[in-house]
Amino acid sequence: MKRFHLPILIVLLSTIGLGVFAYKVLALNMPLAPGAAAETWLVEARVRYQPSGGATNVQLRIPERLPNFALLDEGFVSRGYGLNTLGAGDDRIAQWTTRQPRGEQVLYYRATLYRMGDDGSEAEYPGPVSVPEWTEPHRSAAEALIEDVRARSSDIQTFASVLVNDLAEAPRASNAAVFVADNGDPRARAETLIDLLATARIPARIVTTLPLRDGRRDISPEVWLEVHNTRRWVPIHPLSGKIEYPQDVVVWAHGTDPVLEVSNGREAEIRFAVSRSVQDALATAERFGETVNARILDFSTLALPLGTQNTYRVLLMVPLGAMIIVFLRNVIGIQTFGTFMPVLIALSFRETQLLAGIILFTLIVALGLGVRFYLEHLRLLLVPRLAAVVSVVIMLMLGISILSHHLGFERALALSLFPMVILAMTIERMSVVWEEHGPSDAITQGIGSLVVAAAAYGLMANRQLEHLLFVFPELLLVLLAMTLLLGRYTGYRLTELFRFGRIQDAMRRDS
Amino acid sequence: MPGWLPRFVRPRVLKEQGIVGMNARNARYIAAWNARRFYPRVDNKLQTKQLALDAGLSVPELYGVVRTHRQIREIRRELRQHEQGFVIKPAHGAAGDGILVIDGWRGDRPRRAGSRTLELSELDDHISNILSGMYSLGGHPDVAMIEQRVRFSSVFDAVAHQGVPDIRTVVYRGYPVMAMIRLPTHESDGKANLHQGAVGTGIDLASGRTTGGVHHNQPCRNHPDSEHSLVGLQIPGWEALMELAAGCFELSQLGYLGVDVVIDAERGPLILELNARPGLAIQIANGEGLDHRIRTVDAHLEAGTTEAATERARWSGTTFARPAASGDPAAATRTQFGLS
Repeated sequence: MKRFHLPILIVLLSTIGLGVFAYKVLALNMPLAPGAAAETWLVEARVRYQPSGGATNVQLRIPERLPNFALLDEGFVSRGYGLNTLGAGDDRIAQWTTRQPRGEQVLYYRATLYRMGDDGSEAEYPGPVSVPEWTEPHRSAAEALIEDVRARSSDIQTFASVLVNDLAEAPRASNAAVFVADNGDPRARAETLIDLLATARIPARIVTTLPLRDGRRDISPEVWLEVHNTRRWVPIHPLSGKIEYPQDVVVWAHGTDPVLEVSNGREAEIRFAVSRSVQDALATAERFGETVNARILDFSTLALPLGTQNTYRVLLMVPLGAMIIVFLRNVIGIQTFGTFMPVLIALSFRETQLLAGIILFTLIVALGLGVRFYLEHLRLLLVPRLAAVVSVVIMLMLGISILSHHLGFERALALSLFPMVILAMTIERMSVVWEEHGPSDAITQGIGSLVVAAAAYGLMANRQLEHLLFVFPELLLVLLAMTLLLGRYTGYRLTELFRFGRIQDAMRRDS
Repeated sequence: MPGWLPRFVRPRVLKEQGIVGMNARNARYIAAWNARRFYPRVDNKLQTKQLALDAGLSVPELYGVVRTHRQIREIRRELRQHEQGFVIKPAHGAAGDGILVIDGWRGDRPRRAGSRTLELSELDDHISNILSGMYSLGGHPDVAMIEQRVRFSSVFDAVAHQGVPDIRTVVYRGYPVMAMIRLPTHESDGKANLHQGAVGTGIDLASGRTTGGVHHNQPCRNHPDSEHSLVGLQIPGWEALMELAAGCFELSQLGYLGVDVVIDAERGPLILELNARPGLAIQIANGEGLDHRIRTVDAHLEAGTTEAATERARWSGTTFARPAASGDPAAATRTQFGLS
């Protein structure tokens, strides 16, 4: 059991981390890239009518649950009206009421829609429908047509589409031609189709859809037919026989009832306007998470105050930097001063940028070392000497800032975030190594520290990684698992392959 | 190919040679066999010395301990008595840092080994630096030890430039597995650090003869300063040294232990210090990996034998004998599998 303890832990941590990550990406559509934009549609229904006296009641059908789309936000603009929303089958009804409207009345309903993959969700089978009462000659024509179509189809869905196609391309004097007296009016055609499908006892219904065309202010609703294939409602276009909605069609209302009903009003009309907008994908995902009530977003870093968020944007990168240190030290074998000093240096590089950071770091450490060697002559005790070095380091930083400000290098002003105590300790450690092991060791380790810091900075300053770790902090579990895995690495370090490579001559002297 | 050029070797070759890497050492030897609670026994040299004395193992004589800055003045008077010199070292020093060797007096001023005469105040400063923790791990306040200066056996006169030739033995679970002698050179400034140009020389565990050295990662048969041969140099009191090294297991309880020994002209081998994290340069000096020898010890201990230090030292001597040095054909077949 003990042997498997660590592997199990590693697998468990990565599974949890990647699982939550996958859920957030796939189900909540959280963006993987920073600054990603999500497409949203703003649909506006504009109702206009002339009151004809007395209390009016405006009833507008509005969507409840849209296949393929999520309703992120909605709003009603209706001054002086009482507003009620009622459930009505698969839709809702917005009911505006007022006692005495004067002059032309305009009401608005706005919905922000967000496209989210394909929805093939199942719906309960309403059961076979009753056969409508046909009158001759329709009766025999209907029966013959149904018989014929049944022979040429395999299931409910193909039956429906064959039927639609037959009606669309009906030659004169065929059984189908009897039913196409509607001159291609989709609504009438859809109603005929519903009756014909009912003859075959197949449930079907009319839906009102809106094609989403950016910038159009006069979108006319289209009629589609939905046929239940015992598992779900399959959309079929009543004229073309096309199955499934195209990408840019949204279902607005179900059933044959009119979308708009106005009592005590004249010249009632409804107009749909659509505009596309691009929003921050992260904010969209958040709002979407609210609509589906995802509890996981309550514990998101995005819920924190902005200042705290910015702190965590930096802090969440530290484990990554630490893992890089583990990798560079234990797998590559680079020597550094202090274990995690390079991470802190890398953090300060975020402010100064890499090149300026390296130059400043080298400058301060070199000047500090000089001062430290001078202090050696004064024979101070350890802690006072460290304190003196800290003071000198800060004075050096101040001097560099003032000088560079005068010279116009504003970048060097970001120096204040350099961890000066860490710098002082580095200078102290470096001077001890310098004295005890010679300058070459000290310089090698100093360069090693800088290389590691630069590598850590390269990753920690990466906006993509920062975004990933901030939006998906569960990835830290994966990082933890990788660090644990690295902790068990007992193979050779890369530098050892060179170190022992050089002694291969010595190794062979016995053979 | 010039020695300074980086040369790459495939991991498989190293594995066949039994070379142990840093990670493997940390995980398989140190983490597995060295319990944290025993570290103070070796990290605190004062405690090591006391334990060694209790166990009857030879160490350089302790002249005095300085614990506070006030004691510095008091000890200064006593120091003058030690005409033969003395050594000041931090009790918690690492890697030989902070060791000051005084080999005598010129008038009232101490003379640093192989260097100039110091002011007495410089001694005070050095002790004071030690007390404030300059050489200890983590900068903790430390204690300065003043002990007998070892007068090295004359065997090393021709091959040790100024400094301290010390013998490092790696003891695995009580069995000495590999040994080397580090000889300071002019280039290394009297320091026994291979990295700084000291010569490392492997030692045949059976006979105590050197097997030829490595200088700057290149095999060398002669000392770079004196041109004296480095092969076949007999270390005096080798058997005693092996027993001393093996005996350090009991006093430290560390399964992977480095024992640093110096040879005093009169007293023979003395334990200088113990190391809980001995490095891997010993493999370079010996031109051989540690891994095969360590596996041999593991296999030997599989049987559940418990042996006293003397027997362990003898077992190691016969098992890890070098074919070239001892001329024992049986031993040759035993060790050669790790070499070619």
